[in-house]
Amino acid sequence: MAEIVLDKVTKRYPDGAQAVSEMNIEIADGEFIILVGPSGCGKSTALNMIAGLEDISGGELRIDGQRANEKSPKDRDIAMVFQSYALYPHMSVRENMAFPLRLAKVDDATVNEKVEEAAQILDLNQHLDRRPANLSGGQRQRVAMGRAIVRSPKAFLMDEPLSNLDAKLRGQMRTSVSKLQKQLAVTTVYVTHDQTEAMTLGDRVVVLRGGHVQQIGSPQFLYEQPANLFVAGFIGSPSMNFVPGTLEDGVLKSVLGTTVLTDRVRRLVEAAGGPREVIAGIRPEHFEDVSLVDEKHREAGATFRSTVDVLESMGAEKYAYFSLDEQLTGSEELAELAADAGSADVPGSGSTIVTRLDAASAAAEGRELEVWFDPERLQLFDPKSGKNLTFDG
Amino acid sequence: MAMQTATAGRKARWALLDIIVVVYALVPVLWIASLSLKSKDTIADGNFIPREWTLQNYKDIFATTEFIRPLFNSIGIALIATFVAVILGMMAAYAVARLEFPGKKLLVGVSLLIAMFPQISLVTPLFNIERELGLFDTWPGLILPYITFALPLAIYTLSSFFREIPWELEKAAKMDGATPAQAFRKVIAPLAAPGVFTTAILVFILCWNDFLFAISLTSTEASRTVPAALSFFTGASQFEDPTGTISAAAVVITIPIILFVLFFQRRIVAGLTSGAVKG
Ligand SMILES: Nc1ncnc2c1ncn2[C@@H]1O[C@H](COP(=O)(O)OP(=O)(O)O)[C@@H](O)[C@H]1O
Ligand SMILES: [Mg+2]
Repeated sequence: MAEIVLDKVTKRYPDGAQAVSEMNIEIADGEFIILVGPSGCGKSTALNMIAGLEDISGGELRIDGQRANEKSPKDRDIAMVFQSYALYPHMSVRENMAFPLRLAKVDDATVNEKVEEAAQILDLNQHLDRRPANLSGGQRQRVAMGRAIVRSPKAFLMDEPLSNLDAKLRGQMRTSVSKLQKQLAVTTVYVTHDQTEAMTLGDRVVVLRGGHVQQIGSPQFLYEQPANLFVAGFIGSPSMNFVPGTLEDGVLKSVLGTTVLTDRVRRLVEAAGGPREVIAGIRPEHFEDVSLVDEKHREAGATFRSTVDVLESMGAEKYAYFSLDEQLTGSEELAELAADAGSADVPGSGSTIVTRLDAASAAAEGRELEVWFDPERLQLFDPKSGKNLTFDG
Repeated sequence: MAMQTATAGRKARWALLDIIVVVYALVPVLWIASLSLKSKDTIADGNFIPREWTLQNYKDIFATTEFIRPLFNSIGIALIATFVAVILGMMAAYAVARLEFPGKKLLVGVSLLIAMFPQISLVTPLFNIERELGLFDTWPGLILPYITFALPLAIYTLSSFFREIPWELEKAAKMDGATPAQAFRKVIAPLAAPGVFTTAILVFILCWNDFLFAISLTSTEASRTVPAALSFFTGASQFEDPTGTISAAAVVITIPIILFVLFFQRRIVAGLTSGAVKG
């Protein structure tokens, strides 16, 4: 059990690369916190600094209020699960899991008891005497978890622990990790590049980019109130749609038509001293087929009309893709975001609009459709800095 | 069908090639073995299979200190030199494989240089130095040059093995509460063992087979090793032809090498490290 505080923690590698810049995070005792961001943004580096496997170049790391910068990993009493699992190939599963206890000179009876207990939790009882080489990916993953939990450490660190599993197993393990963490109530820092894992697992999510913390908050908060374009584009699947627009007297002109901003949005933008040129963001799930929206709401909302490019029917819902003529230009931020996330992951950043419609929608590929959206849901961003002008934190 | 005959033909060709290589390598060895089993009268008869079998040659060499003492020297000197060279080589190879330090390239270059150095040019200076220092004709007098020339080999083989070890395991061990020394002893060393054994065999063979230093830096049975001692074999009397006893001694000194390889072969289990990472 521990509280972990990163106070302006910075990492500069000997080759000059600045992997983490002035990271401030306060992790409460028992909290499950996720570090998420695209590959190379410094997640592993941050985790390794907490673990003690990398030196901290600047700032302070405090565990339970005590400076831990200079402590060796052994003295931090933190367990870690590696992406590669890092199981000891020359030891049986039992010995792998017992290893931390043996190092701590725990007596044999207790070691056995604890290993059996952990094996019980992770459903590894039948495999205790096998070698890691003879186990499946999912079993190895569980052995790695088992090795972490046997000695009841102050905190768990996990570096993309599920990324080597296939999609189905990953889903299952995600649930078990979440349950396990709740059951043990041990402070956990979990690194992933997968926004779905970030959204579903953590109490709070830290979004990283290029070694800088973009935003910290609960998954729901990040979803509703992204601090900037990057977070808006990174969190949520499919990603938020972005369109360029001009703002004049509380009216937004864009490919989505002329939209009158709601009072709340207008007030926030004005308070933020919004420029005339903005990027408007709206999530796929905030669109609807106009014929399925009742009168009352239809009045309050805005609509646009276009030809459905591609229609994907998922059963419970339909995704309709529209190509709008105008190319999105003028935002370096957005271009970078697309590059960071791999442009395929940000369909909204091209000229494509993704909408999620009710399954009852009569939308069909190649036909025109009138689509409704609620201007209250619009998020407006500064194209230069990427800042969310409608942020209401 | 055509495929099958093609593969059969290929197999036959490979088999033939293998046989040629094996025969080429084994005939001299078998010839020596055959000579050692012949009696004195038939030794020069040119038969491959001895007409008269005898173990007299073996009895003879073990009857005198002429062979037993050098054998003892050989074993002792080679084992000590191997042990020291492998320990030092392990440390150096670890640094070469794992650490970035100024002069790393230089270290590797210098060790390569030593391996290439013509040993014969060192014999005279070493002879003089060892005489001055009182190392001439002693065990350390041979062990030291053996270590010097075995080290490059040890560093090279070990560092290529060390590069293959999943070093993330060291981090895992540290997270599990191991001190750096424990991480090495309990996790890295067992994984490095096959490489260490292989290196040990190579170094041992190198020391065991040396003739140049053994003949130049020794003068009595105090430190003369078998390869050098063989050249001093005289047989029971001065006028006897020592071919039989030399052959017997030659056979005897190959036995430790064969045992060494057979014994450690089982430890050099391939795939020992598989399963450490995802897979
Ligand atoms: N040992 C190292 N030396 C130099 N640069 C490194 C080292 N490890 C990582 N980096 C750099 O630091 C940045 C962050 O890396 P990392 O923390 O591994 O990212 P992530 O885990 O988010 O994918 C990357 O740009 C990477 O190239
Ligand atoms: Mg990483």
